Order: sequence, then structure tokens, then C-alpha cells
Amino acid sequence: MSAPARSADAAVPLIELRGVTKVYGSGTAAMHALRGVDLRIDAGEFVAIMGPSGSGKSTCMNILGCLDTPTSGTYLFQGVDVGRLDRNQRALLRRHYLGFVFQGFNLLNRTSALENVELPLLYRGESAAVRHERARRALAAVGLAGWEDHTPGELSGGQQQRVAIARAVVTEPEVLLADEPTGNLDTARSHEIMGLLTQFNRERGITILMVTHEPDMAEYAQRIVRFVDGRVASDERRTPQTARGRA
Amino acid sequence: MPLMLWNALLLALRSIRRNAMRSFLTTLGVIIGVAAVIIMVTLGSGATAQVTQQISSLGSNLLMIVPGQPGPGRSLNVAPFRLQDVQALEREIGSLQAVAPVASSTLTAVYGNRSWSTLVAGSTNEYFIVGNWTLASGRTFTESELRAGAAVCVIGATVRRELYGTQDPLGTRVRLRNFACEVIGLLQPKGQAGFGRDQDDTIVTPLRTFQRRIAGNQDIRSIQVSVRDAALIDKAQREIEQLLRERRRVAPNEQNDFSIIDTRQIAQALSGTTQVLTLLLSAVAAVSLVVGGIGIMNIMLVSVTERTREIGIRLAIGALEREVLLQFLVEAVVLSSFGGIVGIALALASSAVLAQMLQVPFVLNLSIIALAFLFSAAVGVVFGYFPALKAARLDPIEALRHE
Repeated sequence: MSAPARSADAAVPLIELRGVTKVYGSGTAAMHALRGVDLRIDAGEFVAIMGPSGSGKSTCMNILGCLDTPTSGTYLFQGVDVGRLDRNQRALLRRHYLGFVFQGFNLLNRTSALENVELPLLYRGESAAVRHERARRALAAVGLAGWEDHTPGELSGGQQQRVAIARAVVTEPEVLLADEPTGNLDTARSHEIMGLLTQFNRERGITILMVTHEPDMAEYAQRIVRFVDGRVASDERRTPQTARGRA
Repeated sequence: MPLMLWNALLLALRSIRRNAMRSFLTTLGVIIGVAAVIIMVTLGSGATAQVTQQISSLGSNLLMIVPGQPGPGRSLNVAPFRLQDVQALEREIGSLQAVAPVASSTLTAVYGNRSWSTLVAGSTNEYFIVGNWTLASGRTFTESELRAGAAVCVIGATVRRELYGTQDPLGTRVRLRNFACEVIGLLQPKGQAGFGRDQDDTIVTPLRTFQRRIAGNQDIRSIQVSVRDAALIDKAQREIEQLLRERRRVAPNEQNDFSIIDTRQIAQALSGTTQVLTLLLSAVAAVSLVVGGIGIMNIMLVSVTERTREIGIRLAIGALEREVLLQFLVEAVVLSSFGGIVGIALALASSAVLAQMLQVPFVLNLSIIALAFLFSAAVGVVFGYFPALKAARLDPIEALRHE
């Protein structure tokens, strides 16, 4: 599915933001969430996005996740101008190229872990047999083999987030967008989750964009982008700490 | 696309199962609406069929001629018919199969220690032809009995039951006012007529017997004729009118002083009334279907609000607007069609019972059942569309933030 995209011309970055602004409201009540962001992210990167509340990092994340569109400026995803896509085209882009992990897990209640993980495959039109098989493998990959029939209510927070990660990677997306994935978890659980994300980044080449407050978690990334007042304040490339190293 | 529909159906069934109680209460409105419409139409067609059947049991192609015009008090001093009128009809109008002069009166009949008030009619053997009567046992009148006005009679099934029980009435004598007449025949029962009169509650004597021994005059209160062919009824009616106007010396500018009643018209009028009533009641029932639809809309709106976060997740994952729309629309349609199916089952069961209780034939109207089902599904589409659209148009970011 994503094979041709990965072999794309190296000159075209996976993600490119050019002078992106986002304004909510208008006139005197206008709120400038982003004031001109330039950002380039290549395939296979693991980027942590940090910054205080109201710095625009969540807005930027929504735009990167194609859930929102810039007020001005350009967002190119694999060279495609997302700003020109309509709502349904953006939905298709999310369906085929993106995976989401949220702070609050956002699993369907009273629905088994397996069915939750199958959900994106359902929208891709996969047959029941293919859905079961791939969802089972994805759950096994996040260490939840044998938990397929449990509903979110029967799982711990860490397990729920693993189910959410399985749901995000079951389609083998280009990019996994994680919005404070460890915000609701204790430290030990948080490091487990980061270990999983690192693993998917390294072993499957999935590009990971992660918003986080916690410097500990940002340590796992190869690159840390800091937002202040709707602008990129710093962009630091570094050698990440490994999950193995911590454990 | 079929896969998409199948998925939507799967999701809808899952969601309905999760809220089984609420789903049932929601569909109750549609269940009641569909059941009410079908019950009304079924009983209504039953009643119409019954009326038609009863009217035709009076006699086929039957015209009744009575002196005077319909309306209060107007027939009191109008001259009755004479035997000569009957003979003229027989002689001059070729399209008539049978002409029966009738004089009748309500009398008490006595046999042994039992008595029974019944309609005694004096007529000829033509009376049995005109009224489609057949004999269960015994015989009709002989020529000499008719001419002589013999004390003989043919009795109906109700009179037999009331006076004789299970005893054989043939050959016995039943007393009418001041004379006793021999029972020579027993009529085959016909059952209840329209307008609630029991046709079997009757005794028939020769016309002359009635005129001499009961009425004491030569009056004929009505003439019943049967027309050879249904197509000739209108023509026969015009000819009878013309003939009787002449015989009764009605001036050209005057109204008829008699009426010709076509039983088909009574049948049409009566079944027309039943149909209007059925239509009215069905319309009331249809309103409850619409109310049921509003119930579904209400619960779908609640469901959309309640599941805002779920919708947000679906949209974020890449569900298209039309997929979310379809999911909720299918859910509404499944709910309402389920209500339709249960309503149909309920209606069939209760109209079978009600038809039995009201003694109306159970007429199964398949097209109204199909229509009620389609209508219930349509209710789901119409009232499910707005909530489904509301769900599909949600902003995924807002929806995900929803608590």
C-alpha cells in the first residue's frame, strides 16, 4: 500500500509546512494560534513536539494530522497540497497514510480490543478474515496476544493505550501522530509505550510525530521541535536514548 | 459500496443490541402505528366484504318497488300496489326473471306453549326466486294453495329454532293471530342481513292467505323483482318506472309516488360508508406512525450526542462523511423496519382475534402489509436523516474533545 510512497523522490520531503498560520475567530477577537511555521519532516523520523500550553503545538498537530487546514501557508504531504483537499479527500488521506494515538486513548467503549483494532481496516474495505488476521497480529505486536476479547473497561490504562497503538499501526501508516500518548499513564507504563513507539519507528520505518509535555518522553525522539507563541522556537536533532538503555 | 452497506448494517445491529431496552421503547411508536394501520384496514375490508356479501344475499339483481318516496311521513297516504300492477309488470317487461308481490306484517306466531314475534310475508313462489331462497326440507306452495289462499306456510330457520327447537316442524300447525296454518316447508338459513335484520326470522304464506286472513285487504306493500341480467338493471328500472307512472296516473310534471330501490346502490352506499370510516381511522393510525418516527428522530439525536466521541474517532481514522451518515441512517432504518415487522406480526394476531370477536370476516390485505412495512422503513429514512447528517458533519477535532 505505502511502498511506492517510501521510494518516492528524496527531494520531496514526507511533510513540509511553509509559512503556515492558523487564526481562530476574526477581527479583534481573532486568536493567532500559529504565526508562520516552517517545518520539514522526512520519512522515518521520530519527532517530539514540545512547548507550553497555547504555544500552538496542538493546532500544528491537528493540521499535520489533516484534521484541520491552515488559514494561510502551505502544507505539503508527499508533495500534495493538503489545503486544497476537501473534507472527504483529507479523510481518505488519513485513512491510508496516517495513524492516531491520543492522550485519552479514544477507544470505542463496550467494544472488544479486536474490534477496536479492526475499525480502520473496516473503513479500508478489508474482508472479515483479513481484518481478524491483521488485528490479531497488531495486538500481538503490542504485547496483547490473548486480550482480544476484552473491552476497554476491562483493560488498564497502559493496555488501552497499547490497543490504541495497535489500532494506529494495523494499517501500516506512513505517519503515526501521537498527541500526549503518555499523559494519562504512570512512569513505568509511559516508558513501555515509548518503547513500543520507538520499536515501530525503527523496525517498520513509521514516521512518528509526538506532542509531549514530558522531557523524559521527548528523550526517545531523534529530533525535538519546540513551539513558543505560535512559532517554532527551536529545532534540535539529537541521538535518542533507547528504550533498552533505560530498562 | 455493498460492503459499505453491509458494514453499516453490522455496526447498526451492534449498536442496537448494546441498547436493547432503549431501542425497543423507541420502536414502540412505530410498532403501534403500523399495527393500528393494518388492524384498521383489515377490519375495515372485512366489514366492507361482509356488507357486500349480506346485501347480495338479499337476492341477485334485486329491485324493490315500494309505494311513496323515501322520507318521513310521505308514504302514509300513498296508494299501495294492486295485483293488476304485478301482472302488468310480468306481462310487459321482458327483462324480469321473477316478480313477487309482497304484503307483510309483524305478528306473534304460536306453537304449543312457545310464541315468537316474527315477520310474516304473504307472497307467491316467485318470492323464493327473487330472494335466492332454497328449501332445507318440505315444498313450496301449489297452484291451488295460492289460488285458494290455503292455510299453509314456509318458515325460516330462526322461527324453527325458536318454536320447535330440534323438532321437525313439517306437518305441524303454527297459529298466526286467529288461524292456524300448516308448515309445509323449511327455508335454508341465510344469516344476518345488513342493517342488522335477521333474514331467517320470517314466515311466508301465500299472498291471498295473508290478504284474507291477516291484512283483511287487497293491498300489496311492495313488489320485489329480479332482473335477468345485471346489465339490464338500469333499463328494467326505467321501464318499470314508466309503466307504474302510467298505471298509477302520475301526471308528467309530478314526482313518482313510488320508489324503486336497487340493492346494489344500498350495497355501494353501505360499503362506501365503511370505506370512508376505514380511511379515516387509518389516517388517525398513520398519524401515530409519524409520531413514532419523531420518537426515532429524538432517540437518534440523543444517540448522536452520546456518541459524539465515537463519531470523532471514526472520522479521525478516516471514515467518510457518507459512511458515518450511512451508519446512522441504517441504524434508524433498522430500528423502524424492526418496528414495522413487529407491528405487522402484532396486527395480524390481533386482527384475527378481533375479527373473530366482531364476527367480521378476516380479510388479509397483503398490499397494505407491504405498504405499512415500506412506510415504516421510510419513516426511518426521513426521521433518521437529520440526526445522521448531524453526525456526519461533526468536526472531528471538536468531537474528539467531547466528554
